[in-house]
Amino acid sequence: MVGRVFSHRAFQPTIAAGLMVFALFAMPSIFDATWIFNFTQMAIYSMVAASVGMLYGRVGLVSLGQVAPYGIGAWVTIRLAFATDIPYPILLAIGGGVAAIIGLLIGLPALRVSGLYLALVTLMLAVGVEVILFRLKFANGGPGFNGLALTMSDRAPVPRPAFAEGDIAYFRFVVIVACVIFMLAVAFLASKPGRAWASVHQSEPSALASGISVTRYKLMAFGLAAFMAGVAGGLYGAHVQWSIGVDQFNRQAALFLIAVVLMGGIGSLWGALLAAFFATILLPFLTQNVIGHQFWNDFALTIFGIGLMINLIQTTRAMDKKGLLE
Amino acid sequence: MIEITDLSVQFGGVRSLDEVTLTFPGGNCGLIGPNGAGKTTLFNVMSGFVTPVAGRIRIDDVDLLDIADYRRARWGVRRTFQTVQTIESLTVYENVRTVHEHAAEGSRAERQDSVDDVLAFVGLSDVRDKVVRTLSQRDRRFIEVARAIVGEPKVVLLDEPAAGLPEEETDHLAQIIRSVPERTGATVILVDHDMSLVQACCDWTAVLDFGRLVAAGPTADVLHDERVLAAYVGDEEA
Ligand SMILES: Nc1ncnc2c1ncn2[C@@H]1O[C@H](COP(=O)(O)OP(=O)(O)OP(=O)(O)O)[C@@H](O)[C@H]1O
Ligand SMILES: [Mg+2]
Repeated sequence: MVGRVFSHRAFQPTIAAGLMVFALFAMPSIFDATWIFNFTQMAIYSMVAASVGMLYGRVGLVSLGQVAPYGIGAWVTIRLAFATDIPYPILLAIGGGVAAIIGLLIGLPALRVSGLYLALVTLMLAVGVEVILFRLKFANGGPGFNGLALTMSDRAPVPRPAFAEGDIAYFRFVVIVACVIFMLAVAFLASKPGRAWASVHQSEPSALASGISVTRYKLMAFGLAAFMAGVAGGLYGAHVQWSIGVDQFNRQAALFLIAVVLMGGIGSLWGALLAAFFATILLPFLTQNVIGHQFWNDFALTIFGIGLMINLIQTTRAMDKKGLLE
Repeated sequence: MIEITDLSVQFGGVRSLDEVTLTFPGGNCGLIGPNGAGKTTLFNVMSGFVTPVAGRIRIDDVDLLDIADYRRARWGVRRTFQTVQTIESLTVYENVRTVHEHAAEGSRAERQDSVDDVLAFVGLSDVRDKVVRTLSQRDRRFIEVARAIVGEPKVVLLDEPAAGLPEEETDHLAQIIRSVPERTGATVILVDHDMSLVQACCDWTAVLDFGRLVAAGPTADVLHDERVLAAYVGDEEA
């Protein structure tokens, strides 16, 4: 059974295992600290990208709102990391769990609308969450509900797990969590929910006629996707540690996210790694060394355009295959 | 036995079903009529996709219209679609299994057995583990039939299952359809424009035209009924 789950078409297990071993044991000795920091970010981002890619590629739900559970997972985990001694893996599960609840709320409109309207509604909900996070701010070692320090000298870094204080150890921790999250996604995709999603994606009438509760499975998809993004958020706080703002979770980040996900490809979970590579390694590298920071905004916008064009071409091809263009 | 009473469906200005009262006796039943007669609409009402403005449908003394759409399959109403709706990204086995695991009871082992049985029954065992995307339109038609009859359906609605099939395949399909009631105990309603298929499969047939019931009874009688001929001739002239 386990063998079957991991040999799902979405994710070739041997390549995945090889990649994980490479990341855990080879990368820390190949790359310097700056690169390891960037690759940590890539591993975190790949989970968010996978959540978007899964929703769109597997269920056909276009969500521009996945930055919301990402941000909420970050907020909850950071706050609890300062306030409690709860072991980190459990903290992440709590952050993911709270994010999943928000994800279900974001999913509710999906039961009524789809396509462009769903994209707009989820984007608006994400903007709402952005505003709330901007008001709350992220805890930095202070007292009270928000956990905000009153003076600069009272500020503290987001604590990391005791077993992963250093950057390399934390990188390894993030890689392992990312692997677990990817395996979770594959386990869902390769079993009953995954088949139900494929059915909903193909045709909702056909899914209903097969006895599938379209409502329930759409919500389940949003819940799982939000959990994935929430756990990623939980890892993000302790990755950056200092002065965390909303820029990872705001509307620009939301558009950028869907664009790189489309560029990476939504056909398989590998696309999420590619998307994360674009977003956290390649594009920052290009801005630093080729394009220059002052052009970052134009550049991001161009990327968004390219992502949309790729999507358009893919959709047209798919429609053509189904004979919908005649 | 499927009892339909005073069933009416309205789409804007179009009355797609107009006070249809009709009882399908069981076994293999044909449902024929010219384009736009309301055949698919009747199936859509039975699947819960379309809400009628009036009327009711009783099957085994249960009011079908009281059951939520996705629960109807679980209750026993299954169907195929006029344009095939197989799940392209899954294998043939997974396509049928998806219906089984949502619409039928049973343990994992029973599930596998009955899915494999159905695949053998419709002649798809050879392509069991092929992804549907890679298969022919012909295979998709048979996959749809397998999806509609797996488990323990009470009613199997087949919406033009032979459309686009070459003749020898239609014969194979006719054989399958003929043995569905015996195999599953279900009542089959077959919609098709191929009269020889309807004749080959169905002892009993109902005819719709412009949303109204024109005739119903033993297939041979119905096909020679003047009103039925008139409906079809009228259609050709239009
Ligand atoms: N969803 C809908 N919205 C508006 N009109 C509809 C809808 N579904 C069916 N109709 C209309 O209802 C009438 C009956 O259509 P239906 O699809 O039931 O015919 P049919 O007997 O299945 O025909 P065919 O043999 O061409 O499949 C047609 O006039 C059709 O245009
Ligand atoms: Mg029709």
